[in-house]
Amino acid sequence: MNSPRILRLTAGVASVALLSAPAVAAEVEVMHWWTSGGEQAAVSVFAEEFNAQGDTWVDTAIAGGPNARAAVMQRTLGGDPPDAAQFNPGRQYEELIEAGLLLDLTELAEQEGWADIIKPARIFEPCVVDGRVWCVPVNVHSWQWGWASIPVFEQSGVEIPTTLNQFLEQAPQIQEAGFIPFAIGGESWQHAGALQVVLLSQLGSEGYYRLYRDRDTDYAKGPEVAAALELWRGLTSYIDEGSANRNWNDTTNLIITDRAALQIMGDWARGEFALAGEVPGEDYACLPGGPSEHPYLDTGGDIFVFPKQDDPEVEAAQLRLASLMISPRVQTLFNLAKGSLPVRGDVDLALADDCMKRGLELLADEENVVPSMNNFFTEDTTGQFNDLWAEFSFNRDLTVEEAQERLAEIIETAD
Amino acid sequence: MARRSMRLSRLNPVIGSSPMIAVGLGVYVIGIAFSILLSFTDSKLFASFDFVGLQQYERLWKTSRWLVSVQNIWVFGVLVILFQMTLGYLLAVFLDQRIRQEDTFRTIFLYPFSMSLVVTGLVWQWMLDPNLGITATVRRLGWEDFEFAPLVRQDQAIFGLVLGNVWNGVGVTMAIMLAGLRGVDEEIWKASRVDGIPAWRTYLFIVLPMIRGAVLTAFILQCTQIVRVYDLVVAMTQGGPGVASQMPAVFVIEHLQNRQNVALGMAAATMMLVPVVVLLFIKAMADYRAVRRAGAVRP
Repeated sequence: MNSPRILRLTAGVASVALLSAPAVAAEVEVMHWWTSGGEQAAVSVFAEEFNAQGDTWVDTAIAGGPNARAAVMQRTLGGDPPDAAQFNPGRQYEELIEAGLLLDLTELAEQEGWADIIKPARIFEPCVVDGRVWCVPVNVHSWQWGWASIPVFEQSGVEIPTTLNQFLEQAPQIQEAGFIPFAIGGESWQHAGALQVVLLSQLGSEGYYRLYRDRDTDYAKGPEVAAALELWRGLTSYIDEGSANRNWNDTTNLIITDRAALQIMGDWARGEFALAGEVPGEDYACLPGGPSEHPYLDTGGDIFVFPKQDDPEVEAAQLRLASLMISPRVQTLFNLAKGSLPVRGDVDLALADDCMKRGLELLADEENVVPSMNNFFTEDTTGQFNDLWAEFSFNRDLTVEEAQERLAEIIETAD
Repeated sequence: MARRSMRLSRLNPVIGSSPMIAVGLGVYVIGIAFSILLSFTDSKLFASFDFVGLQQYERLWKTSRWLVSVQNIWVFGVLVILFQMTLGYLLAVFLDQRIRQEDTFRTIFLYPFSMSLVVTGLVWQWMLDPNLGITATVRRLGWEDFEFAPLVRQDQAIFGLVLGNVWNGVGVTMAIMLAGLRGVDEEIWKASRVDGIPAWRTYLFIVLPMIRGAVLTAFILQCTQIVRVYDLVVAMTQGGPGVASQMPAVFVIEHLQNRQNVALGMAAATMMLVPVVVLLFIKAMADYRAVRRAGAVRP
């Protein structure tokens, strides 16, 4: 006689408990490639805030972007996708969208008005395919920065340059003064990346679009590109002997310790200067564009996609995570730790240093912003560019004309 | 009773080897067939069956990185086999002198092989790094102009890879050849001594042809290792400087994974299969002729 009542009671208590809890908690496995010190500090902002909501962040970090992306793809193909995965904005995940493997975030995005809060607006574009929203951007990174050691320039008796051509003229004098003029590590990606910064600085946004968006093969073979490649050949003739196998951060360290004059590297290098206690404007100068008189920044960065899961509770947790990642508080904390720029204009950046403010100023004007190459090309094609530039940079037998022919061929056959 | 046990004994090997046959069929035959099939499609990340003819092969043979890889594998292969065979045989002859502490020496020579090629590659990368390794040490000793850093020169990087691979693999070649040498009949040596033939000539002209089985085994083992060389490259040079030390297997893996272009990767893999098939075909022909000759002698 008693048992049905107890049952009913328990059921009642249970349902009350269910209703009163803010949400059913779930485990969410997140795959990313943030493994360095500063990056881990940043990612733990996400994890802690997410856990504080009652859900559980399961961390799967894989060193190296290509490796991590490959692992995500393998697991997704194998039917066991992670619940959230990091990518660079662009076409890296387009096949996942086409195959219907990603969670559609459109409803959440409309509720929270992502299209209005995300600044610059361009960084939201890679997330929107066919009017639906598939990913959430978390930060903005740009490659287009030069990092100069102010003491080295002073002791060499030359001014901080405003263009790369000017720097090339100064290089012999810097070398004579006993410094390394152009600091770069011998890894292929460093050469390919810096070369593309030089290209953008010489071609400007107009040339950039003609080359990559319009895929103008005549332009690729033209004198503007040739001049930029010659400039690169000039710069790389001032590399030191120890460049082989050198990491980017060890290379940045040459600037920090005033042994080299200039490094072209993305804005993640700023974290290294900050860590070493260097002051922008006194110890080092950040030169947008590489330097360039009209600097353009591309809007690379990181986004997260959420592969579809069968469990509705997990799906709800995925949406909570997406919402959390773009919330103002988490954006501030995360990007301060990461050294990147936030994806929304309304966050508090009182703690930002001069270089970060400079970057924000530039990004505020759409004129100065170009989309990253990932937006125009697949991983396959960007890989072809990297191969070409790596070969061009190291193999002096490959002439500028031959390189241009190959560049034209790549953009012509790219899908 | 006897007939039944005979039937059983004939059945047993079939039962015993059927899992092996299934795996062999499943993994090798079907896997290879799929690879070849996919190389004629436009598969990107996912397998697709839109056939595009020879398009992937056309692109492959226009890709500079692939051409460099193919050239590299030949240079690498010829040099590795040359050095490994010569050094392996010399080491085997050395150990064949019934020297003291033979076990110790054999262990030392074989030891590198027990290390993975990744470890080998990293150790040699450090040794050949101009800022850390051999070059820096010799310079510190006073020879300021000394330089031995092949890995950072794009026209020499491949030789650095050869060095690492030979160091890793020469012990095995030695062990196989030594086993061959130990199998040579003592009478041969007595006869050659009676005839007054110097030991080196005996080794080169009499013993070497006698152990051709061991030589062939070592050769085939090396060939398979060379065709699939991957970890050594990744650990030592990452294919650099530039694309100077790229290898076919690296090209395949990279296109399957990072570049998300399965079809092109499969086309490259199929091209890697071609020399293997040709080698197998030549060997099969040789076997066939040997059997026929043996058959002709018998009656």
